[in-house]
Amino acid sequence: MAYTKLSNAQIAWRAAQDIEDGAYVNLGIGFPEMIAKFQPEGRDVTYHTENGVLGFGKAPAPGEEDWDLINAGKKAITLNPGASFFHHADSFAMVRGGHLDLAVLGAYQIAQNGDLANWRVGTKGVPAVGGAMDLVHGAKRVAVITDHVTKDGKPKLVETCTFPLTGLGCVTQVYTSLAVVDIEDGHFVLREKLPDMSFDELQALTGATLHVKDSIGDLIVPDLG
Amino acid sequence: MDKTLPSLAAAVADIPDGAQIMIGGFGGSGAPIELIHALIDRYRETGSPRDLIVINNNAGNGSIGIAAMIKAGMVAKMICSFPRSSNAEAFNEKYLAGEIELELVPQGTLAERIRAAGAGIPAFYTPTSYGTELAEGKPVEEFDGKMYVQERWLRADIALLKAETGDTMGNLTYRLAARNFNPLMAMAADRTIVQVSTLGEPGTIEPETVVTPGIFVDGLVHVPDPQQEEVLVRTEVVY
Repeated sequence: MAYTKLSNAQIAWRAAQDIEDGAYVNLGIGFPEMIAKFQPEGRDVTYHTENGVLGFGKAPAPGEEDWDLINAGKKAITLNPGASFFHHADSFAMVRGGHLDLAVLGAYQIAQNGDLANWRVGTKGVPAVGGAMDLVHGAKRVAVITDHVTKDGKPKLVETCTFPLTGLGCVTQVYTSLAVVDIEDGHFVLREKLPDMSFDELQALTGATLHVKDSIGDLIVPDLG
Repeated sequence: MDKTLPSLAAAVADIPDGAQIMIGGFGGSGAPIELIHALIDRYRETGSPRDLIVINNNAGNGSIGIAAMIKAGMVAKMICSFPRSSNAEAFNEKYLAGEIELELVPQGTLAERIRAAGAGIPAFYTPTSYGTELAEGKPVEEFDGKMYVQERWLRADIALLKAETGDTMGNLTYRLAARNFNPLMAMAADRTIVQVSTLGEPGTIEPETVVTPGIFVDGLVHVPDPQQEEVLVRTEVVY
């Protein structure tokens, strides 16, 4: 095990590199929000948040918050020039009507056919779904960022999800702490892996077969501290 | 046509036991705290209204607003998408004790169900929740090769909302992202009551900037300098 897995910031950085210039993007609350920090220079990206804002910017300085101006995670935001407000039905028309280019979510499990489980782990506690089930059906590209395995080492990329589903066949790309994997025709297709890791090592930590098309790229990210 | 109501107490006086109530806002943004607290005051004085069904994106935060309604024991059921917040103790305790019912609805489906009720559309199809436990028992249908779930409209007896500026005819504008569910709920309730921070005569709002036209509004209460839920939660205010 000569490799070092990517930090969350490094996973977010890698996902950010694939955001196209001119894209409308929704970043799920929590970890995916970090992607905005690594938006590549020169790319013009407009961020959508479910509660009804398009074109929001960075968080305000502490003490400068206006709590009527928040994102879906209830965090204070600021507006970029050209921002707009709209009610919830219009906001989800943007989602379900297929107007977003990219949605990025977290995951408990991703199945090789693109099924996603990301909203509850079992039947205990208080369930909460928010906009996740909408987002997975709305964007042209639905990507997941996640650690490759759970805290106790179990694969998160699996043949079949065992946790309650968020959506069927919805995920198109997975950025993990070890690899970049596309989902095509019901298979995981390995695009990039850590260069210091062998294919067999990666396969051993993955709960379904990794297919290879063309070549496997090196997953190289900057040291982000 | 003057829809102004004399007081917060008058605004909530007719809400009966068992009413289905939409409450505007997303988290603290757009939450009609003063109307909610007036309803709690009435309950504390008279024991009514109780057994309420409350529709909101969340299920309260801290010890004010909807959380205070739940703590007071007025709420029998929540219909929401995300009953989680920085301090959701009020809902969690009742839910885990089996003392409050929860109907969990995906956020976009919740918004569209409310909009559908306001537009007189009894049901619609959406891909959201297809194949998940939240679609169990619901009719599904294939359109152009893809599967969809049938969802029904969601109406209410009363909507309690917050707007920034209103005129006496009920035309409304909203502040920043406080718009969220408010314009949808205004359309979907038999009786829509709105607290406005600024109240003017007809003509004081430019017709081009009206977000909710007055036809959807039944009563207005002027509440200058309203409280912000998030600020109350952060300063640990208990109502």
